[in-house]
Amino acid sequence: MKRILEINGRSIDLEWTNSDSIAFRHHSAGTVTEGQASVLRLDDGVYSVLWNGRSYEARVSPGSAPSLLAVQVHSAHFEVAVRDPREYVPGGGDALAHGHFELKAPMPGKVIRLLVQVGDHVQQGQGLVVVEAMKMQNEMRAPRAGVVTAIPVQPGDAVGAGQVLAVID
Amino acid sequence: MESTPRPLFRKVLVANRGEIAVRIIRALRDLAIPSVAVFSDVDRASLHVRLADEAVHIGPAPSSQSYLNVAAVLDAARRSGAEAIHPGYGFLSENADFVDACDAAGLVFIGPPAVAVRAMGEKTQARRVARQAGAPVVPGSDGPLESAAEAARVAASIGYPVMLKAAAGGGGKGMRRVDSPAGIDAAFRDASSEAERSFSSGAVYVEKLIVNPRHIEIQILGDRHGHMIHLGERECSLQRRHQKVIEESPSPLLASLPDAGAEMRAAMGEAAIAAARAAGYSNAGTVEFLVDNHGNFYFLEMNTRLQVEHPVTELVTGVDLVAWQLRIAAGQPLTLAQHDIAWRGWAIECRVCAEDPDQNFLPSPGLIRRLEQPAGPGIRVDSGIYAGWNVPMDYDPLLAKLIAWAPDRNLAVDRLLRALGEYRIQGIRANLGFFRGVLADKAFRRGDLHTGFIGEYLDRTGGREVPVPPDYEVVAALVAAIAATAAPHPADSGHPPASANPWRSQGRNQLLR
Repeated sequence: MKRILEINGRSIDLEWTNSDSIAFRHHSAGTVTEGQASVLRLDDGVYSVLWNGRSYEARVSPGSAPSLLAVQVHSAHFEVAVRDPREYVPGGGDALAHGHFELKAPMPGKVIRLLVQVGDHVQQGQGLVVVEAMKMQNEMRAPRAGVVTAIPVQPGDAVGAGQVLAVID
Repeated sequence: MESTPRPLFRKVLVANRGEIAVRIIRALRDLAIPSVAVFSDVDRASLHVRLADEAVHIGPAPSSQSYLNVAAVLDAARRSGAEAIHPGYGFLSENADFVDACDAAGLVFIGPPAVAVRAMGEKTQARRVARQAGAPVVPGSDGPLESAAEAARVAASIGYPVMLKAAAGGGGKGMRRVDSPAGIDAAFRDASSEAERSFSSGAVYVEKLIVNPRHIEIQILGDRHGHMIHLGERECSLQRRHQKVIEESPSPLLASLPDAGAEMRAAMGEAAIAAARAAGYSNAGTVEFLVDNHGNFYFLEMNTRLQVEHPVTELVTGVDLVAWQLRIAAGQPLTLAQHDIAWRGWAIECRVCAEDPDQNFLPSPGLIRRLEQPAGPGIRVDSGIYAGWNVPMDYDPLLAKLIAWAPDRNLAVDRLLRALGEYRIQGIRANLGFFRGVLADKAFRRGDLHTGFIGEYLDRTGGREVPVPPDYEVVAALVAAIAATAAPHPADSGHPPASANPWRSQGRNQLLR
């Protein structure tokens, strides 16, 4: 099988054959790693991997966005996007640089303050909305410059993780 | 047949939540005292409610309407027939009016008397009490300042740099560093208005700034009959935004000075006891000191309650502080003399919090999907969480305290690192990786600590852990690809999968939340 993965902003091509001993080819930034690994599923989301004589434990759970998987290898944390190359649109992940951007709440919380209004021009890094969670106020910032075209929340609103706080075009 | 001794109390209500409520319920059970938990709307499924003998609902999620609601807590005590209330830390634990309300309701408050809570509650008054008792205090103003001009006068007499601080404050709010006379007017205005906003009191005082101090505190224990001892120090210099993150006992500074260290411990212990006595103190308490790089120590404040970091003292002294709080509150004499207290080995604690260290410690509440907590030699976990529990967004992010004990500091740190590696929290992010990075840091291993350490460490490293080996990334990619394409495990559902789409099973999980 073939999949395109994104880990920590890097794109990886992975090819593998499913059998007791998995043969794989891992291609990242010009570096190719080929190997044979034994991948054993121990429990829902828990995998034991033996590769090059080393033993790894990996855990998979839903990531911080619906398109992401959170993977822990021992105690290191990765967020991984997995795409089928047949559905992959090159450059499709570049929505950050231009076009429509939705600022989403990274965690559940309560909207404390709006720092901008619809129509405002904002700079990269400028605070848009303050969300309080766990007794801490967190300023949600614009990842790039643009014009605020919508703020679908109000102070006092409870928001869930992934809920849109502001839209920049 | 021998008769069972009567328990200290008929029943005790624990006016707190999370790991500290669990800790106190355990102490109550050790002493065969029935426990009553209280809970807000979002804590119905919390561990402290599951572990207690009884539980009473006290209101909606906001703590002002539940855990800080004096009437609701007292009503819960009355309805459950509790004889005493343990406040834990935070919430109502340092509220002198609550102590008075307990007294008026005929309930035993498990902590110091109201008069002591009051004497140590306001910072300039606490400084006065400590100074009159002979404890060294940081040079500064006697009380709140009248004006910026007065601040400038006092600052000139003690020498710059100075710190302006909110008299009613804490947690770093209403604090301003001033390096020269030119900055004092603006700093006075800023500190005062921030103090006004945060504590409804704009009163500020000025203190000489101790550059890069250590934060070292003394645990004391005193009964209601005038007997008081200290249990040595904890070093809590590692703080992020004025919140402690790693605490240890003994202090690496004191331990590095074999004879002088023991003398300094005794001197700090005596100063702490003198200050506590002057305030009319009994029960467990902590006197905090700043220590400069010449080994001079200065009274900072007194915390009139059990501290978050009390387990490190318990592990090096073998004294159960919560059990003693209960005995003392029941009127029993403290049967430990100062010479009974001996310190053995080293203990160090990490505050495990629902925070994402990769995203500037953004809070990370939510569902804990899987949890494996460490164990083994020398490891203690005081935890308030379990797999399947939804960490609410309404309270502070402390999930658990991980504490390691070993014969010496290096071994204790190694054990703590080992335990951090065993700790698995899935579903939410926790700050475990941040601790692994700090514990591996060379300056930390040398014990070169000061209150600015974590800030400097984060500036230097960006909080990144020791580099992740490249083979981990290959394994992560392989497992992610296999998980995303594999048919769900037969154990996950009773029927074969309709398709191998991982988002389907994830969507199912999210619906179940």
